[in-house]
Amino acid sequence: MNTAFRNQNFQLLSGNHAVAIGAKLANPDVSPVYPITPQTPILEKMIELQSQGELETEIITPESEHSALAASISASLTGARVFTATSSQGLLLMHELLHYAVGARSSIVMFNVNRTVASPWGFWPDQLDSLAQRDTGWIQLYSETPQESLDTVIQAFAIAESARLPVMINHDAFYVSHAVEPVEVPDQSVVDDFLSPFQPPIKLDPEIGRSFGAPIAQQTWNESRRDLAEVMSGIGELVTSTGRQWDEMTGRRNHGMLESYRLEDAEVVIATMGSMCGTVRDAVDSLRNQGVAAGLLKVRLFRPLPAAALREILAEMQCVIVLDRNYSAGTGGILHQELKGVLYGLDSTPKIHGLLAGVGGTSVSSEKIQQLVTSYKDAAFSLEPVWVE
Amino acid sequence: MEQINYTDQGRFCSGHVACGGCAEAVALRVILNIVGPNAVAVVAPSCTAVICGAWPGSSVKIPVFHTTLESCAASASGVKRALVKQGKDDTLVLGLAGDGGTYDIGLQALSSAAERNEDILYICFDNEGYMNTGGQKSSSTPLNAATGSTPTGKATRKKNIIDILAAHRIPYIATASPSDINDMAAKLKKAISLRGTKFLSILIPCLPGWGIADDSAVKVARLAVDSGAFPLFEIEDGVRVSMKPRDNPLPVAPYLKLQKRYLHLTDADLEEIQANVDSDWQRIQQRADQS
Ligand SMILES: Cc1ncc(C[n+]2csc(CCOP(=O)(O)OP(=O)(O)O)c2C)c(N)n1
Ligand code: SF4
Ligand SMILES: [Mg+2]
Repeated sequence: MNTAFRNQNFQLLSGNHAVAIGAKLANPDVSPVYPITPQTPILEKMIELQSQGELETEIITPESEHSALAASISASLTGARVFTATSSQGLLLMHELLHYAVGARSSIVMFNVNRTVASPWGFWPDQLDSLAQRDTGWIQLYSETPQESLDTVIQAFAIAESARLPVMINHDAFYVSHAVEPVEVPDQSVVDDFLSPFQPPIKLDPEIGRSFGAPIAQQTWNESRRDLAEVMSGIGELVTSTGRQWDEMTGRRNHGMLESYRLEDAEVVIATMGSMCGTVRDAVDSLRNQGVAAGLLKVRLFRPLPAAALREILAEMQCVIVLDRNYSAGTGGILHQELKGVLYGLDSTPKIHGLLAGVGGTSVSSEKIQQLVTSYKDAAFSLEPVWVE
Repeated sequence: MEQINYTDQGRFCSGHVACGGCAEAVALRVILNIVGPNAVAVVAPSCTAVICGAWPGSSVKIPVFHTTLESCAASASGVKRALVKQGKDDTLVLGLAGDGGTYDIGLQALSSAAERNEDILYICFDNEGYMNTGGQKSSSTPLNAATGSTPTGKATRKKNIIDILAAHRIPYIATASPSDINDMAAKLKKAISLRGTKFLSILIPCLPGWGIADDSAVKVARLAVDSGAFPLFEIEDGVRVSMKPRDNPLPVAPYLKLQKRYLHLTDADLEEIQANVDSDWQRIQQRADQS
């Protein structure tokens, strides 16, 4: 055991209960939520903690996710700390307000459980729900384990409130949301030291007497987006420094924008997000034992895309295999598209394969990933998306 | 277990996945038998959607379109108008949704369809909570009932969806119960005979959600009706109310005492619920007397 476990307060928690406890430790003032499978255990745990007097938050249970996010935005603009959680159809129903939340510079932390989107109906892990929100301006982080979900919720409040931008954290349905693991729960005092009170410079307050969101002319609208771009350009550094600070205070590791696993001297790198990273770690170890120099590049921060950092790592590589648990009809895997874009203009670029693996929640085993690496590491590049089940 | 005297037409198939003992299976059987083969159902996510079946099976012998939670009445309007445009005026279009999909997230679409007086039969299976997601409160959950999101009892009363719809002056509104299936069948027949938006609310005591015994759903529904907690009545054109007079009303306590969601009730809580039931009943009765 290393210093990562020095506090020793381990609890057996599902990913969703870890999220609820992380949110509780951050002490949100207002939590508007609407139930949806597989997010519901987050909501129910928070309500249970509230009814036991362990969590003092205004829980709002409106008629829909649309209203849950609307209430979150306005609550945040009063200077309240706000948490909400959803999944799949719920996130899609929020779409209009997702854009609004960013333009209004609200500081909401939202947890989204990645689930397939209808039609047809399914309840399985698939990241299209959140990836389809990539143009809304939400900071997006993807978590691999219950522990990472708990840690990331707490960090997300620091990021959201400092940047005055909303943060969406995602973990996969069931593989993380319902999987139970020993999770180290930090002391309240650690979280209190880590999170400064939320004090936005302007807020909805009769004493301040300023309005929000009124119609504006073209030039001012344009400037609002330039302001946003400026803030966005600093988010990578903010995520990195926030993660570093958390790691220093808790003895944990790897809360940066990206994580490299056995990437030194790798001849092939597998890039992916979320729970798939765990399986890839196992596959990488096996491949290394078989003499194949494979490594994992885990993308933790997806929005804003850490383009420079990705470019630096990938430029050194010969072959990149992207595993996308999502399918953007008409183009292919979304992480694949993004990584191709990042590589443009380098003197020499690695070969990059986009594989649609696990779309709709189909199981992708370590053995399957090993096979994929063996078959694709020397294969020709294909412009078309490749379905690998 | 109650013995129900009823001739089935076989339009609802065995092998469906309702919880064993769920009275919604009874209600669906009656509905499908009455509507016959010339019908299309639109169903919102709910126990009903699950009971209708997962692909490639189906437990109902009519086509079902599985829409989104907030859209039942809008999707049903789309099906109806499109069929009419194609000359299939006589096809009945059903909207099937739970109380969450009706009272909460689907209310906007339902209100709009009702205002347009779309020619659909909308049926709400009212189990007084979000059962598909494990039993959270909806705005149909009654005062003081414990749910996953109201663990100490809901602080507010059940939304009066019937009066909301009556305010839209749609041709027909009725309540029905699996304890009175001939009454349910008669109301369905009447609804089908009318043009415009028809709304039927059916009480579905939920075994896990209400914490009742597996063999008690029909009995609990009967107590709800006989105590006046869920009165059976009709409203035509938003104004003409008809209700069977209540000769020997039962107190509401025996109904509540069968349900774990009310375990925590104090005597004062019970009295408050009884007083609400009585005044609601009187209000409907007065309107029936004036009609
Ligand atoms: C936009 C959206 N939000 C949430 C859900 C999750 N969901 C599915 S069914 C359901 C509850 C439905 O409750 P109700 O309509 O009363 O039907 P019941 O399950 O009780 O039969 C919810 C919240 C969803 N499908 N879509
Ligand atoms: S959860 Fe309740 S309403 Fe749904 S099928 Fe089971 S008993 Fe019936
Ligand atoms: Mg319900």
